[in-house]
Amino acid sequence: MAKKTQKKLSPWEIVQIARHAERPNIADYTRLMCEDFVELHGDRLFGDDRGLIGGFATIGGERVMLIGHRKGRGVEENIEANFGMASPEGYRKAMRLMRLAEKYGLPVVSLVDTPGAYPGSEAEARGQAEAIAHNLEFMSTLKTPVVIVVTGEGGSGGALGIAVGDRILMLENAVYSVISPEGCASILWRDGTKAALAAETLKITADSLKGLGVIDEIVPEPEGGAHADVAQAVAAVRKAVLASLSALKKVPVAELVDRRYAKFAAMGRF
Amino acid sequence: MSWFEKPAEAPARVPTEAIWAVCPSCKAYVAKEVWRAADKVCPKCNYHDRLSCRERVALLTDAGSFKELNAAVSFNDPLKFTDASGAYAAKAKATAEKTGVGESVLTGTATIEGVPVVLGVMDFRFLGGSLGSGTGERILLAAEKAVELKRPLIIVSASGGARMHEGIVSLMQMAKTCAAIARLKEAGLPYLSLLTDPTTGGVSASYAMVGDLNIAEPKALIGFAGRRVIEQTIKQKLPDDFQTAEYTMAHGFVDRIVPRKELKGFLAKVLKYAGF
Repeated sequence: MAKKTQKKLSPWEIVQIARHAERPNIADYTRLMCEDFVELHGDRLFGDDRGLIGGFATIGGERVMLIGHRKGRGVEENIEANFGMASPEGYRKAMRLMRLAEKYGLPVVSLVDTPGAYPGSEAEARGQAEAIAHNLEFMSTLKTPVVIVVTGEGGSGGALGIAVGDRILMLENAVYSVISPEGCASILWRDGTKAALAAETLKITADSLKGLGVIDEIVPEPEGGAHADVAQAVAAVRKAVLASLSALKKVPVAELVDRRYAKFAAMGRF
Repeated sequence: MSWFEKPAEAPARVPTEAIWAVCPSCKAYVAKEVWRAADKVCPKCNYHDRLSCRERVALLTDAGSFKELNAAVSFNDPLKFTDASGAYAAKAKATAEKTGVGESVLTGTATIEGVPVVLGVMDFRFLGGSLGSGTGERILLAAEKAVELKRPLIIVSASGGARMHEGIVSLMQMAKTCAAIARLKEAGLPYLSLLTDPTTGGVSASYAMVGDLNIAEPKALIGFAGRRVIEQTIKQKLPDDFQTAEYTMAHGFVDRIVPRKELKGFLAKVLKYAGF
């Protein structure tokens, strides 16, 4: 295969692919991965976040609750979606939908692609920290299968706020990190131009995360990255999600929740 | 260099440190014994200065009742992280030796006005109280101990957030600690969170914000994103009271602000209401 002869990409190059403007976004996934998608709006408390969306979806005949960050295509859509940076309302809407999934016996599929939770004054005033924290607690006990797919950028707490699950998949050129390489460089190197070095040091690529036991499976991307062949990239995600769902549905729900606890409890035990 | 450009000579050094404490907030000079008797609360401006974890344990628990748990659980260096100022492992080791605590949280069993509890107290001196894998493990084990002993859990936070040097593993500690607390709550046990200066980032966005009660010390900095990041995002200067304990309570995320002197009694009272 031509791919094997390609030179290995550096972590910083992978960051660029993960952030590529043409990378498949949630609209591509609902359109190409799902036979049906019924978006449901609002957190019932304040508003309807456009940077984190969700609703009923059918994937290969499987009815699920799909949630995910929303990045737009082009400036206008991106402004509406706040570039995929969710507000507290987004996390609270996600929790509401996951609660509904539990009630209706639907598995949850969560697509993660965000630079981070929105760092704005209104987000602070409405409890960004509290919204994320409660999701972490809630998802750890959710009595239904949860499949996470890190599709693009897994930006810190804003990503984790919808990323506690039974099986954590990650696209080959996605990244997942506690802080952006630029942020880390400016704090620890006091030099924002050291982002490439920070990206390397932080170990944020799918390969590294698999090695650290943080993710379960790497979903391969088409040659050149997911944006080079969106249909093929989405098809690979679809296949991996369906395989995970079918494996998780066989596990009794009490055991599933126990295993999820054990999985996260083991993270950082060396 | 002409005479008027010459820097003024440094004033003669007077050895004041032995007698005076300087309030980090209003810079007032306060006699050391007064400062100590007030548990590091400034009598001039009511600033609640940061306490070490041992000072906090002495403040909140009955004398001699604290017994440390899991002292052997220490920091890890999963990324073999080195930045501009050197290797993380060396820095963490030096901090552990200097502070006498092996991680950014000290956990143990204790009694508060006779009520047995499991307690976790963060120490800002340990790498800014950052949430490392050792921190997360100690908190998880403390929560599991509380379930085993059927005791309330109290965690005192003082942290800038996640520990960058442990990368994604640090981020996962947010999920790990919240999972442990969710289990404790399912067992019907109380979890009280005390937020002290500062409680921000990944700690405010995990165990610090999910208390049955969130209790804060006066004027403590509490928030998710850093002030500078927010100012850059919204291109506006933020008011002085932004992200203070008072601001956080006014927005509905803290139950009560309790002065340091009243904390122990307040915790004991809440535990009574909780049936302990």
